[in-house]
Amino acid sequence: MIHSPYIRKPASVQRVMFNVLLALVPGIAAYVWQIGAGILVNIAIATLTAVAAEVIMLSLRKRPVMLAATDLSAVVTAWLVALAFPPIVPWWLTVLAVLVAIVAVKHLYGGLGQNPFNPAMAAYCTMIVAYPALMSQWPAAGTVDFATQLHLILGGARELDAVTGATALDALRTGLRANGSVATLLQSNTYGAVGGRGWEWIAAGYLLGGLFLLASRTITWHLPTGFLVGLGVTSGIFWLIHPEQFASPLFHLASGGAMLAAFFIVTDPVSGATTPRGKLIFAAGVGLIAYLIRAFGAYPEGIAFGVLLMNICVPLIDMKTQPAVFGHRGGRQP
Amino acid sequence: MITRLFSFRGGVKPDAHKSESAHAPIAMAPMPERLIVPLRQSTRATARCIVQVGDLVLKGQRIGEPEGTLGTAVHAPTSGKVIEFGLHPLAHPSDLNTRCVVIEPDGADRWIERQVFDYHTASREQALAQLRDCGIVGLGGATFPSHVKLGRGTGIETLILNGAECEPWITCDDRLMRERARDILAGASILRDLIGARRLVIGIEDNKPEAIAAMQAAASNIDGETSVVAVPSLYPAGGEKQLIRVLTGIEIPYGKLGAEFGVQCFNVGTAHAVYRALAHGEPLLSRIVTLTGNVARAGNYEVLIGTPISHLLTLCGPKPDTDRTLMGGPMMGFALPRLDVPVVKGTNCIISASPALFPPPLPEQPCIRCGECARACPAELQPFELYWFSRAHNFGKAQEYNLFDCIECGCCSYVCPSHIPLVDYYRFAKSEIWAREREKSAADQARDRFEFRNFRQEREKEEKAAKLAAKAAETRAKLGDTPAPSTAAKADEDPKKALIAAALARAKAQKEAVQPRNTDQLSADTEAEIAEIDARRIKASLEDPAASGNPPSPDRSPESTP
Ligand code: SF4
Ligand code: SF4
Repeated sequence: MIHSPYIRKPASVQRVMFNVLLALVPGIAAYVWQIGAGILVNIAIATLTAVAAEVIMLSLRKRPVMLAATDLSAVVTAWLVALAFPPIVPWWLTVLAVLVAIVAVKHLYGGLGQNPFNPAMAAYCTMIVAYPALMSQWPAAGTVDFATQLHLILGGARELDAVTGATALDALRTGLRANGSVATLLQSNTYGAVGGRGWEWIAAGYLLGGLFLLASRTITWHLPTGFLVGLGVTSGIFWLIHPEQFASPLFHLASGGAMLAAFFIVTDPVSGATTPRGKLIFAAGVGLIAYLIRAFGAYPEGIAFGVLLMNICVPLIDMKTQPAVFGHRGGRQP
Repeated sequence: MITRLFSFRGGVKPDAHKSESAHAPIAMAPMPERLIVPLRQSTRATARCIVQVGDLVLKGQRIGEPEGTLGTAVHAPTSGKVIEFGLHPLAHPSDLNTRCVVIEPDGADRWIERQVFDYHTASREQALAQLRDCGIVGLGGATFPSHVKLGRGTGIETLILNGAECEPWITCDDRLMRERARDILAGASILRDLIGARRLVIGIEDNKPEAIAAMQAAASNIDGETSVVAVPSLYPAGGEKQLIRVLTGIEIPYGKLGAEFGVQCFNVGTAHAVYRALAHGEPLLSRIVTLTGNVARAGNYEVLIGTPISHLLTLCGPKPDTDRTLMGGPMMGFALPRLDVPVVKGTNCIISASPALFPPPLPEQPCIRCGECARACPAELQPFELYWFSRAHNFGKAQEYNLFDCIECGCCSYVCPSHIPLVDYYRFAKSEIWAREREKSAADQARDRFEFRNFRQEREKEEKAAKLAAKAAETRAKLGDTPAPSTAAKADEDPKKALIAAALARAKAQKEAVQPRNTDQLSADTEAEIAEIDARRIKASLEDPAASGNPPSPDRSPESTP
């Protein structure tokens, strides 16, 4: 028998996921414009793999296939994998990464809603550990045309130096290690106005999509704010102390996957903290760890590790930040 | 007068659907062939029947005597003959049976001679007794006896009248306020005197401008500080705690009474009934019911208590595709398992439901922890955590996360993108916890009885042994076997002592062996749970659950249905 309430708001998981995909469009458009259409091929490969893996896993687990396979959650994971990875990784690496995300991280933990780790970020970490070289080849804007991108994606031979520049973050860290100073390094043509040349437009696209997610109430302000403040403040402190050695907060916010992470990755509801205060702590933690890895770690980008480390802390964070319930604040007035 | 408004967190804005019935003036529902008057008219109290089958009764004649502190009197809603006294199903989600007096109306609708009650000269106690004897209970839906609520003390700062009526579809209070504002205000000023309140605030959702205007006009005729306040239309603004919060900024926690914070809240219908009882000596025989939904003629009717729902449905004419009939609003009401059940004092609305108006819920998907439910929860809970705990039968944890603060308003289920029937899980968890508490107290009693039996058996054994020993000594003495006095005394003492000591040791060993039996099969989890429940129960008993606003009982009775 059906019990009250007998009316429901028209909402569905599918609609939530669709909003997220929609919000990724400006970023993807900027990507195509600045870097090339290769990313679309990667997105397609990732999407097909994710949906296939989802259907297979659901039928193996004897779950209703249609309902769950059409909820678009796997597609979101696929797009995030494609966008977080270099646009010229060979096709098999994308397939492998998506399989890790969907099969191991999502379904082996019990499927949608059950995974403690962010699938896309777990896949990223696995791949950067397994294939560090392939995962570090980021073409600078305008350096690789679509035909070459396609050739590389389809597994063509790689003449690395000829086709890829380093990312802004990468170049900065190598440069700094070679005793350059931030100011002189930023003069080189790897950099644009605030971040990596070309990449800063993509970051702007993500920001735009993120604002749409906020406006449509798909996400709350806590997670993006927590992340941006966490990353901005940490980098700001180091920058103030030693501006010659450390890049400005603006550079950090506009570089790498910061904007993608702020609005699309730390905002994964399943593996993130859920209470308002918990969300702030969780996201700020990701920002902090991401910065520390960027500045002092062995990898150019630390967001994925930050997310996984903070994922581990989620149960504790949620438990310790339970908000007071109605009436338990001692006759609250305002 | 400008009243500063506060807000509560959460809440939802479902389609109001008030226009279907709001235009229809209150009409008298025609007399049914039989009236089934339940003796259980208020929460947790059943009146004692004082009529017999075959008796002729007059309209307003008392047929049930109030029993217990929560009891209220029950009256014949019209004149006629008592044709049956027995168990009848009540409008209840689980088809509850209760004792009912069935009356066949004689059509004359003859009143019993009404006792004039002069509330101006009556003492407070007399007035409360009159309310009890007139069967006045909260008409917002919870049917809590008004005399008990009023009896909680005087010197209360604010009296709040609840005219919010935030549930979709329902318009009975709207019409009552439009048409009988003067009587409502007269009742309110009596209520105000009874609790010694300084000011009266009437909260009405701003989607009822006519009611607000009518109440404002009537309010200008009564003395004292009175304000009629339009509150934003946001479900559940009519929940008692939410309305108090909006109008005064005060938050009443679970298990606490408004009176402790200087506020009391009554539904507008209750104020109207109080006025009729104290100014005209009229018991509560009827109430306003909205008939709406998938019907040909939606309307608002004054309906005698005991009128079968099936009779009412002939008035509004449900359309052919009607598949269910709801009692109450769509957010907190329930589908009637059968239609031959009577209207009771808490019946505010009957909705004919069709799949088009109330589509069956979409298939349940996994919780994605999106937090929509938490943002919608007016009790500021984390509904998805409660859901995970309830689903895992981890009731101790659910209580730790304040399961019992949930007012079952349905906002969380309403917004959940995964279409999870969240409230069902809370109802399940609450009923499980109550069941366990009852089992626990039954087990306690059983253990006490068992231990007492052991103790008695041991005592009997010891007594027997002592007697035996004494007898043996006697026999020895008789036989003249008299060793030296000192040793004789010792020998005499020893067997007795040894026997008693042995018995005691046995008893002790047995007790030790026995005692863990009640608990040794329990897992650590369950034990923790029981400890938890114990603590709650102690707390609850300190707070007097019977008198609390949200009593921990399966009756599901917040004092007013939003
Ligand atoms: S709204 Fe539904 S899916 Fe979202 S957190 Fe609450 S229960 Fe889970
Ligand atoms: S039903 Fe309970 S948990 Fe759900 S929104 Fe209402 S008070 Fe909160």
